[in-house]
Amino acid sequence: MSTTISGPNTGTEAGSGTAPRLRRAVITGIGVVAPNGFDTDEYWDAVLQGRNGIDRVTRFDPAQYPTQLAGEVADYEVRKYIPGRLVPQTDQSTRLSLIAMDAAIGDSRLDLATVPEDQVGVATGISVGGLEYSQRELEKLWSLGSGHVSAYLSFSWFYAVNTGQISIRHGLHGPGAVLTGHTSGLEAIAQARRYVADGLPVAMCGAAESGMCPLGWAIELTTGRMSTVADRTRAYLPFDTAASGYLLGEGGAMLVVEEAGHARDRGARLYGEVAGHATTFDPRPGSGREPGLRRAIEFALADAGVTPADVDVVFADAAGVTELDRAEAAAITGVFGPRAVPVTAPKTMTGRLYAGSPAIDVATALLSLRHGIIPPMINVTDPVPSDQLDLVLGRPREVPVSTALVLARGEGLNSAMVLTAP
Amino acid sequence: MSRRIAVTGIGVRAPGGGSTKEFWELISSGTTATRTISLFDASRFRSQVAGECDFDPVAEGLSTQEIRRMDRSAQLAVAATKEAVADAGLDVDAIDRHRIGVTVGSAIGGTMSLDREYNVLSDGGRKWLLDHEYAVPHMFNYLVPTSIAADVAWVVGAEGPVGLASTGCTAGIESVAHAAQLIREGAADVMLAGGSDASISPICVACFDAIKATTNRNDDPATASRPFDRTRNGFVLAEGSAMLVLEKLEHARKRGAHIYAEISGWGVRANAYHMTGLRTEGPELAQAIEVAMRMAGRSPEQVDYVNAHGSGTLQNDRHETDAFKRTLGEHAYRTPVSSIKSMIGHSLGAIGSIEIAACALAIEAGLIPPTANLHEPDPDLGLDFVPLTARPADLRTVLKVGSGFGGFQSAMVLTKEGGR
Repeated sequence: MSTTISGPNTGTEAGSGTAPRLRRAVITGIGVVAPNGFDTDEYWDAVLQGRNGIDRVTRFDPAQYPTQLAGEVADYEVRKYIPGRLVPQTDQSTRLSLIAMDAAIGDSRLDLATVPEDQVGVATGISVGGLEYSQRELEKLWSLGSGHVSAYLSFSWFYAVNTGQISIRHGLHGPGAVLTGHTSGLEAIAQARRYVADGLPVAMCGAAESGMCPLGWAIELTTGRMSTVADRTRAYLPFDTAASGYLLGEGGAMLVVEEAGHARDRGARLYGEVAGHATTFDPRPGSGREPGLRRAIEFALADAGVTPADVDVVFADAAGVTELDRAEAAAITGVFGPRAVPVTAPKTMTGRLYAGSPAIDVATALLSLRHGIIPPMINVTDPVPSDQLDLVLGRPREVPVSTALVLARGEGLNSAMVLTAP
Repeated sequence: MSRRIAVTGIGVRAPGGGSTKEFWELISSGTTATRTISLFDASRFRSQVAGECDFDPVAEGLSTQEIRRMDRSAQLAVAATKEAVADAGLDVDAIDRHRIGVTVGSAIGGTMSLDREYNVLSDGGRKWLLDHEYAVPHMFNYLVPTSIAADVAWVVGAEGPVGLASTGCTAGIESVAHAAQLIREGAADVMLAGGSDASISPICVACFDAIKATTNRNDDPATASRPFDRTRNGFVLAEGSAMLVLEKLEHARKRGAHIYAEISGWGVRANAYHMTGLRTEGPELAQAIEVAMRMAGRSPEQVDYVNAHGSGTLQNDRHETDAFKRTLGEHAYRTPVSSIKSMIGHSLGAIGSIEIAACALAIEAGLIPPTANLHEPDPDLGLDFVPLTARPADLRTVLKVGSGFGGFQSAMVLTKEGGR
């Protein structure tokens, strides 16, 4: 096992690395927690069946809000998954992150005792922090006074919480990174790839997030882009002529990333390789310049050393917002040509999971690579013809899949990741 | 391709310093800028002192719309960015904007605005089901901290990699390290890198009150931050921002830019121990220092100055002093170590970048900023903490360290250009 550490181990998002990457990063473990499946198997079965995880919000009474639908993770016995000591200290976001990470490590069958403890990195994405926990403490602050605020708030809210808690739970003393924003599920995985490229044998990464509280809801409604359609099968329809905005959900995915030689030496099952990644930033609004998504795709493909013709499936950002859908379709056809590559969006079954969405899309893409089947997007029946996209509608498509592209957007950032079969 | 990274521009908004020049004058003269909290009525809070910026967004040239859109943390970052770009003499229009990126570090993002707006939506904490009709349209920006980096990117016209790092109180170091990494990887030629946090809000002060991490020396705010002193009893919360222009060294030389220093190495480790606690004997900070030194190609004897985390807690003083002794050996006892938090407090995810700016300015000036308020050095620590008065020194290799909630331990090495 290589233990050479050159040291660059930091991070926010990754860029279009052009440096040669001799040490390849492969995924050996996946842990998913989703509205339509509490573990990876249940989720994969659900997306192949087209099972919709979106329903009326139960975590709080949504009656007064124009949007009342979301993809909530099913109730679970918290103490079954989270050590009792951590229960009063953790928001749902952190609990889901810890559950997904445990599952990913279990799936990888990696015995962490065989890896030097300072040789495992952790990188997580997050965009809203431990928000429900925060709302409860804000309520105490303003209704009862500062002396009533929890001693745990300082770290249960802040964005670094999941990387910190994962490192503590699994005794991981290597470098840690925290990426933010709605694309950061991809940046976390890219950071894990960088850790591996720079010398670490193993890195944990991904994102699982939740904002299911009135504070998260009230803020999200200010975007004016949440769908207010009441029918759970008609509310979130990306690329459809009836698109009316997006819905939110909670959950995400954590992954175990290893250096390819390390994984092979221990006989691990490989899901695929993190082959390429790039981020770009959009021009200032009103500039009239082309958005950055197309460039992100091109840079990611170049970083992976693949051509558009090599790509077998695109997991779209799929905002469900008219102008964003058109921009994404233009970027995809601009790179691939009209109807040249299957495009899907399993997030139509879960809602958008904040930073968790790109991470769960990567997990889904890896499962597609393994099983040779592309899960569909559901409920979309009337695609906008001018998009010229080959959407995988309603039913999964069984085709050989050796290269997948995952797209994510948020806050002006564009992120693209290429995954290839092992 | 060279892997050397130059610092060519600096912008700082810190307590007692509305510009890089004022900031340097403050810290090099050993003057403190901590005071009784004025940004809100803190009279019912345990800790009532802070490092506040005298920051006027209108005077900084921000429009009414920008001031409403941006949390104070974003306003501070944008102001620092403008100064850094001007200081670097960077003609952004002459550079491919796809090759310019941004990384900002922030521990708590837009929580000041969230706290304020929550109070409105909840009618003073009375309603769990918040009235969304009262939500201001920019609340989403306050919620998602990446918006700070986006605002900086728009100011610069950057369209390369843009992001926000949030490893708590080491985020200001991590963002600079990550920017340097992106330049080395070839993803950008120029990066605006730094940190920003606007921490002086009721919720943030209450958070640290709850764990008694901040000082309650409310009767003497100007001397409240006392790292390495036997009378220290907690850190002084602060706000601020520093943004640096980082460039590939060749890029900087080609355009004849002034080079303050080079970013030569960095490292980070997790203590995997406790979300807020440190073990004195925990080896991770020392490991981070070793990784950074190795990357910089410098030996312990070459370290001319250590800019400490120096937050003013007993726990930290012992922890980092132990790490310096582990990594520098006997040389630790000969190496000047100082904490500028003694003067400007601890601005969470911003302070690492502010301290990196201080290191670059110290290299340039040949002057080590002191540790203020250090009248009774803790005898258990035993290092040279540069008390009260700045000290001239030829600085060729400078070590910066940081430590934060979540267990993050971070180190960075800055070097004088061509200085061996």
